[in-house]
Amino acid sequence: MNKKQWFVRGMRAGIPISLGYFAVSVALGITARKAGITSLQAALTSLLINASAGEYAGFSLIAVGASYLEVTVMEAVANARYLLMSASLSQKLKPDTGTIQRLLLGFTVTDEIFGVSIALPVPLDPCFTYGTFCVATLGWTSGTFVGAVLGDVLPLRLLSALSVGLYGMFISVFIPEAKKNRVVAVLVAVSFVASYACEHLPVIGAWSEGIRVILLTVLISLVAAILFPVSEQAPNKQEDPGT
Amino acid sequence: MNTYIYIACMAGITYLIRVLPLTLIRKEIKNKTLRSFLYYVPYVTLAVMTFPAILHATQSPIAGAVALIAAILLAWFGRSLFQVAVISCVTVFILELFLCR
Repeated sequence: MNKKQWFVRGMRAGIPISLGYFAVSVALGITARKAGITSLQAALTSLLINASAGEYAGFSLIAVGASYLEVTVMEAVANARYLLMSASLSQKLKPDTGTIQRLLLGFTVTDEIFGVSIALPVPLDPCFTYGTFCVATLGWTSGTFVGAVLGDVLPLRLLSALSVGLYGMFISVFIPEAKKNRVVAVLVAVSFVASYACEHLPVIGAWSEGIRVILLTVLISLVAAILFPVSEQAPNKQEDPGT
Repeated sequence: MNTYIYIACMAGITYLIRVLPLTLIRKEIKNKTLRSFLYYVPYVTLAVMTFPAILHATQSPIAGAVALIAAILLAWFGRSLFQVAVISCVTVFILELFLCR
């Protein structure tokens, strides 16, 4: 297949991703609007970042007037998984892939786009991933814009319902993995309990939500990594393409 | 605080995270603990952010709790991201017709 054919094939893989992104990013746009961000700024954020958990965490911190450093650290933690995905993706490229291709490809790594890219027979032609990204980000960016615009118009009841969509998406990322891996299942339960407890503890409860998320994530993941190291075969490589 | 600086910080760090392994690390990561840590991070961070926040996202915490349980069950039985997200929303919408005035 030539580059154009790979691009078209990638675009086709991007259609279901784009539809899912649209629905989810409407809720993200609403969060952005609540944080005092305009619809165009929200769309720009989505176009540049393409990361649900990261954007959500960022908007939540902006809403409470967090410092630039706090937002940057939160973003680094919320998106740390892309470090592993990118590392894994680099193994799928032809060794002679140029630096410019690698710089472009780095922009396109999301859970779902990584999923369909890694599922292809080796080696990966970056054009496939570019095709998927172009279609997927269209849904993501426009959904965020629509959410931020309609946030003012939609009735409270509908907003309340839509804001749960993002959590639904988070849940559909960690539950399938918890089903496959018992350690992840236990970690999810531990995370729920620890997160709930920290919200109600005297001193820690007073800290910002962002700080609590960072600390709990690093602490729980680190303890798990030491107690239950993952075996040699990278589990993320076998991931099914997401929707 | 300037929103564009916030966006620049978020976009900059996120791009660095995505692009550095692709450009710099051309060999596989060998350190087992680091690999394991990076593998666990997404699931832990998403779980921490989901609960108890989902209870505060809705007008009625009961609706949030039911949506949480519904989403976990749907995801467990293999429903797609899209379906889980939409059905969670519909669950809250219907419940709050009764729970909230």
